[in-house]
Amino acid sequence: MSFVPHSEADLREMLSEVGLSSLADLYSDIPADLILDEPLDVPAVLSEWEAIRRADELAARNPSLVCFAGGGIYDHYVPAAVDHILRRSEFYTAYTPYQPEVAQGTLQAIYEFQTMVCELTGMEVANASMYDGATATGEAVLMAMSVTRRSGVVVPGNLHPHYRKVVHTYISGVGADVRRVEAGETGLIDAAAVAAAVDEDTACVIVQTPNFFGLIEDIEPLAEAAHAAGAMLVAVVDPLSLAVLRPAGDLGADIVVGEGQLFGNAPNFGGPVVGIFAARQKLVRQMPGRIVGATTDVDGRRGYVLTLQTREQQIRRAKATSNICTNQGLNMLAATVYLATTGPAGLRQIAEVSARNAHYAYDRITGLDGVRPLYPDSPFFREFAVATDEDSRAILERGLEAGVLAGVSLARFPELGAPDGLLIACTEKQRRADIDLLVQVIEG
Amino acid sequence: MSEIPKVLRYTEEHEWVREEESEGVVSIGITDYAQGELGDVVFVELPSAGDTFDRMEVFGTIEAVKAVSELYCPVSGEIVAVNESLDQDPAAVNTDPYGEGWMVQVKLGDVAQLDELLTADEYLEHIEG
Amino acid sequence: MAGFPLKENTTSTLFEKSRPGRTGTAVPAGDVPEKPLDQMIPSRFLRTDAPRLPEVPENEVVRHFTEISLKNHHVDRALYPLGSCTMKYNPKVNEAAARLPGFAGLHPFTPSSAAQGALQLMYELGEMLVEVAGMDAVTLQPAAGAQGEMTGVQLMRSFHAANGETGRNKVLIPDSAHGTNPATVALAGFDVVELKSNAAGRTDLDVLREVLDDTVAGMMLTNPNTLGVFETDIVEICDMVHEAGGLMYMDGANLNAITGIARPGDMGYDITHFNLHKTFSTPHGGGGPGAGPVAVKAHLEPYLPTPKVAREGDGFYLNWDRPDTIGKIHGFYGNFGVLVRAYVYMRMLGPDGMRRMAEAAVLNNAYVSAKLDDVYPLPYGRGLHESVFSGSELKKAYGVKTADVAKRLLDLGFHAPTVYFPLNVSEAIMSEPTESENREELDRFIAAMRQIAEEAATDPETVKNAPHTTPIRRLDEVGAARNLDVRWSFPDDS
Repeated sequence: MSFVPHSEADLREMLSEVGLSSLADLYSDIPADLILDEPLDVPAVLSEWEAIRRADELAARNPSLVCFAGGGIYDHYVPAAVDHILRRSEFYTAYTPYQPEVAQGTLQAIYEFQTMVCELTGMEVANASMYDGATATGEAVLMAMSVTRRSGVVVPGNLHPHYRKVVHTYISGVGADVRRVEAGETGLIDAAAVAAAVDEDTACVIVQTPNFFGLIEDIEPLAEAAHAAGAMLVAVVDPLSLAVLRPAGDLGADIVVGEGQLFGNAPNFGGPVVGIFAARQKLVRQMPGRIVGATTDVDGRRGYVLTLQTREQQIRRAKATSNICTNQGLNMLAATVYLATTGPAGLRQIAEVSARNAHYAYDRITGLDGVRPLYPDSPFFREFAVATDEDSRAILERGLEAGVLAGVSLARFPELGAPDGLLIACTEKQRRADIDLLVQVIEG
Repeated sequence: MSEIPKVLRYTEEHEWVREEESEGVVSIGITDYAQGELGDVVFVELPSAGDTFDRMEVFGTIEAVKAVSELYCPVSGEIVAVNESLDQDPAAVNTDPYGEGWMVQVKLGDVAQLDELLTADEYLEHIEG
Repeated sequence: MAGFPLKENTTSTLFEKSRPGRTGTAVPAGDVPEKPLDQMIPSRFLRTDAPRLPEVPENEVVRHFTEISLKNHHVDRALYPLGSCTMKYNPKVNEAAARLPGFAGLHPFTPSSAAQGALQLMYELGEMLVEVAGMDAVTLQPAAGAQGEMTGVQLMRSFHAANGETGRNKVLIPDSAHGTNPATVALAGFDVVELKSNAAGRTDLDVLREVLDDTVAGMMLTNPNTLGVFETDIVEICDMVHEAGGLMYMDGANLNAITGIARPGDMGYDITHFNLHKTFSTPHGGGGPGAGPVAVKAHLEPYLPTPKVAREGDGFYLNWDRPDTIGKIHGFYGNFGVLVRAYVYMRMLGPDGMRRMAEAAVLNNAYVSAKLDDVYPLPYGRGLHESVFSGSELKKAYGVKTADVAKRLLDLGFHAPTVYFPLNVSEAIMSEPTESENREELDRFIAAMRQIAEEAATDPETVKNAPHTTPIRRLDEVGAARNLDVRWSFPDDS
């Protein structure tokens, strides 16, 4: 099945109208010895029913689990209205709004998303999204280096290890000088350590809050230390935390990025998700990604267009702020619909319930023998780390048997220098009985 | 038909140069032809006073909606004045390219470089060619 | 074909619809012991002001998005012939597959033993892509074409560095290349060398010969290129670049023309990226998400990003133990949900379907080209799956620009082709119908384009002031850039 509408008769007639006798003639420009004379060696054709059955078979091998894993991707409830809107052909079979007169749906949704991101982050401008939180962080660093014309990057030891790897890959072509600042015993980044690490060549200091271990960082003094050296502060945030915590934009951050997946997107095995990116107004011309602006048409009616396109690759080419072309359109739309249906009160409640679940889980789990909190004296939001005497992977396997994903094994990240244990996250989807089951699983 | 004031000097990159009363200081902008080709200007990125540039070094950029062009310094020297009003009103480059649309003033390192610039007639030949 | 809603209908923003105290969803209260926030988190960290997210009930949210959606043109409405975007039909079963709980609900930190279905799907998809490309190995991690390009260029750098060749700092790109190519090259720390195409719109071998030396890391060349024409000398081009010690990268944006017909690997390419949201039917989504897997020949396999999906006996796992990797390009493993859609599509195509897809794409474009080239000349001739017409005759004769033609097409029920790209055609109109369109739709498009050409002669003002019947008319893009308004201004903003 090729989804080609033409019958054999259609093909014959159309070929004859263009003066050709066979489909092979269409390729007369291609050297004959490059033309394949056998079909590709791919699996035999399936009907739609067989194809969905195949997908079903494969999906069934990934059992549904009560999810206590976080690490940037969170299992929150996605209201039915979100997918209902996403499945509208008008949204998902449209493309980039190059002709704004027939793309006002997409453009207005982006404008509303940008507004919501600014509200949450406390920043003045936001783009139409990036691929994910990790690449948004990489792009933020490139932007800071470009704006400050400096090459130093200060990276905290408690940044999400995947994010650190992606940042490294993103800056590998531009001659960056990376310095690492380790967290103190509290698990938090100390302003004095930042002050010692920055100098007149530092472009930016990255700080993640809550950090990879779930702890809330004190951004303000870190921003001051960065600014004292003329460097920018890049804050990597858990967007849900912005419903209840003072946003990084109010605390001195110059650029705020994060993973927006939790707003209206399923975990999707880590992708597609949606990177949020926001910055101060004066930095807007150096911001990567698409930006939508409001304007009027010839009849004076309000409408929306892609704007400041001269930053982007299709115009600036080799001198573009980034090479990014697509954003994460549909995932961004999901986030927008989610935030609209949830509203500020709903989001606040989701944040509170998630935090309460996490703190209840923490109290019960850290009471178990052979389990210790990694950072007992530092505040956390909805995610926390415990060290376990038992091999964390064995705990996870036990959990799988009970239908629970008991967290993220810290053994995955030897570079963090942390003891073996689990990173555990909560959302509003867990009930007390689920958390009690988690406790049982960890107890063994 | 674009305007090319006789009293000014020009470059092949479509900048104009005007000698000011202060000795060794010139004003620089882009020509009427250039602004017509570019279209409505939305933003001009200019250097700061005190910055120095060699001849033909890029000293800024000028943006339209769908295009961006670099601005090349016609002479070597130091920036002594910048037209800050272009920040709020980039359209001045379109409406008054030789007047309100001026971009920077440069104190020349070598006055002789002025003789190497194009005359109005030479510039006209260049854009017609 | 559905018309658009009445023009009078400007939809207010969600923020204007918001009213204090109105809510959309009921959120669970949770059943663990109550604890106020400031007993869990020190109050100095807590927000005192709520973010001004809209307070709108669910039915209004649905009406809002339904209403604005009706202002979009989309593939399920009519032809959308954007060149090099391959706006083909998105099979609906792909959506069902991507939403299966075992795929959508899968957390990326799930141990491999409970993610075998996902890993196997990725593995099998990778094998199919390797076969399409005629190569040896693949990464599914890049989240879009531009990321695929970044991966490819970094692969070149690692390869050369591993061979002690650190002086290779240039990448060759044709002047017709898509903007992401030079942007990517610059970002990866290379110098871009732009090659002027020859009169036939193809790579000029003499120009190429002149620039090839031991400072060249490689060349990025789409094939068919952005003019839609096949680089007939491709084997020789690859040989020349290889002889100079460089690598060949194929931008796979135009793969729809040759899938199942010819393979990049056979042409001599070392690296190729795919755009799953183009060639393999995953939806365009209003601007994403895409997916940009990269296939490579064996000598580049060690440098592919980590982790890589690997097979061990009957099981699959994520291999992080790759010491020579260029690193990590995406937070996790790529856009898995997009990979699911492409997998299902490719399983439904099968071997013959892949070939037929390409043949019909090229035939449809040949048909459209043959019936329009008298009014819209083809400076470089007909391309394979796409052709680049020029509107410069209309501009010269009637002052009607390509931009005007594009806007008028919107009135006639189609999305415009790509305009003003590639840069080496003046007043360019790059049209790619794809294989999804039947003859009647193509005839309607041809009639519309011909009508516009006639209107240019007889009634140019109608074209110059188009569009007239779309939900909004031409927008002040200059004003948008001069007076930036990129987020809603609330009444209580200072």
